[in-house]
Amino acid sequence: MQEFLEFTLGGIATGMIYAAIALSLVLIWRGTRILNYSQGGMAMFTTYVAWLVIQHTGSYWAGFAVALAAGLVLGSVLEFAVVRPTENKAPLNAVIVTIGLLILLEGLAGIIYGGQYRSFPAAFSIKGLKAGSVGLGISPNDVFTAAAVLGAAVILALVFRYTSVGLRLRATAFAPAVARLLGVRIGRVLTLGWALAGLFGALAGVLVTSSTFLYPNSMDSIFVLGFTAAVIGGLDSPVGAVVGGIVLGVVLSYAGGYLGSNLVLVYGLAALVLVLMIRPTGLFSSGVTRRV
Amino acid sequence: MPDAAALTIEDLVAGYGQVTVLQEVTLAARPGTITAVLGANGAGKTTLLRTISGLVKPRAGRILVDGIDLARRRPEDITRAGVAHVPEGQGVVTELTIEENLRLGGLIRSGGAARSAALADAYQRFPLLAERKRRLAGTLSGGERQILVIARALMAAPRVLLLDEPSLGLAPRMVTQVMDLVRRLRDDAGLTVLLVEQNARSALAIADHGLVLNLGKVVAAADAATLSADVALRRHYLGF
Ligand SMILES: Nc1ncnc2c1ncn2[C@@H]1O[C@H](COP(=O)(O)OP(=O)(O)OP(=O)(O)O)[C@@H](O)[C@H]1O
Ligand SMILES: [Mg+2]
Repeated sequence: MQEFLEFTLGGIATGMIYAAIALSLVLIWRGTRILNYSQGGMAMFTTYVAWLVIQHTGSYWAGFAVALAAGLVLGSVLEFAVVRPTENKAPLNAVIVTIGLLILLEGLAGIIYGGQYRSFPAAFSIKGLKAGSVGLGISPNDVFTAAAVLGAAVILALVFRYTSVGLRLRATAFAPAVARLLGVRIGRVLTLGWALAGLFGALAGVLVTSSTFLYPNSMDSIFVLGFTAAVIGGLDSPVGAVVGGIVLGVVLSYAGGYLGSNLVLVYGLAALVLVLMIRPTGLFSSGVTRRV
Repeated sequence: MPDAAALTIEDLVAGYGQVTVLQEVTLAARPGTITAVLGANGAGKTTLLRTISGLVKPRAGRILVDGIDLARRRPEDITRAGVAHVPEGQGVVTELTIEENLRLGGLIRSGGAARSAALADAYQRFPLLAERKRRLAGTLSGGERQILVIARALMAAPRVLLLDEPSLGLAPRMVTQVMDLVRRLRDDAGLTVLLVEQNARSALAIADHGLVLNLGKVVAAADAATLSADVALRRHYLGF
């Protein structure tokens, strides 16, 4: 019972990281129907920016804030300079471009920062929390991680629902041709989508790296799991991304806890294959078919 | 008097890929008039509207709205210049609510006050939409959707309205309602309307002028009464 509680709470905390990556993928998929394979690379790159700022200023929060800003900037620059030229080309072009971006970002990080593993600080204590004498399996830092992603997701949901920018984002996702005819400047909206994706990627990178290490490929496996979460959620649905992240986090935590933790990535891939077999549109996809 | 026209099209040539559809189409619509654009399937009516609104890039010719050439501009900029295009097959965003669809149409207005006023206007003019504003637009019937897309186009306060077969697939009672609405938009709001219709008879009944396209060429252009009275033309191109 004690174990079960620990695995559940721990799984939710990790799942929120997958949720952040999943959200970043959904933000881009909704607007452009592009699967951004460079998302992990973007997250890794902005985490290095945070690391650099923390090295120089000694302030975790300065690094945290600069990383989020860097995510916004990186996302919009990449959309504008690299992805936009593939607009109206075959979808394969965009796939190749984002894979190329991943290689580029990881290569650049290696050149600039070197390949060694670096430790990255946590915002809060990583000592396990206890309720009375019962260990909960999560630390204050895990609570912060979950709260930060959840908070960002809620803000995103409010922006989507109640602001005119959010209306533009949704209209562009659902019916770009209609939005254009109504005067929505689609190009700017897509850039904004990438910027927000960069922000969520940076958030995930900074939050997860405190419990792993920072190196040029450090986000590769997190990306795969975030992608799995996005697919579970339907790729289309921000709510689905968050729920998918939590479900995946908890399932993998049970699998790792009860079956052995060496194979977590394998369990994740198994979950991905299973979801694609049972329900290819994901659990939360609104549309019956995926538009390409 | 071409100078007085709200919308002037001069020698417009446009098409898709290798195919040329519009061949030197010319027209002039005075402010506050309805021009019916008629012709058989494949005549190029939709292509004409799509070219005016920038969805199809013209190869040659000019598209003047209040004297400014909009040819080759992007669709979003043409909309911002005062041209609203209600496309064939409607284009309600079914995943958004009725109110969100309307608000989307008003986003190019500057300022929250102008947007709110436009929304209040829309609800006053179309009580049907006001009653259901929180429902998803996908729950509306075909006729109601047609009302919604026209109302949404009006949210932008356009000067020129391009309507592509607004009566397509509607029950006869709804066709009458939609035609009445188009007529009122001209009479009350002074809109300049280009009305594409298969249903030539009901379009000419409310139009001031008519234009008949055949294989991308203008084969007749005259006032609506003259076209309606031309038996040979009717039999040949208009099917009534
Ligand atoms: N996207 C496209 N690509 C290639 N050819 C097209 C395209 N759209 C239309 N056409 C062709 O252009 C010609 C004119 O089509 P258009 O849709 O403008 O006709 P229309 O007068 O609107 O017909 P309808 O009354 O059936 O709506 C047709 O021959 C059609 O096959
Ligand atoms: Mg047509």
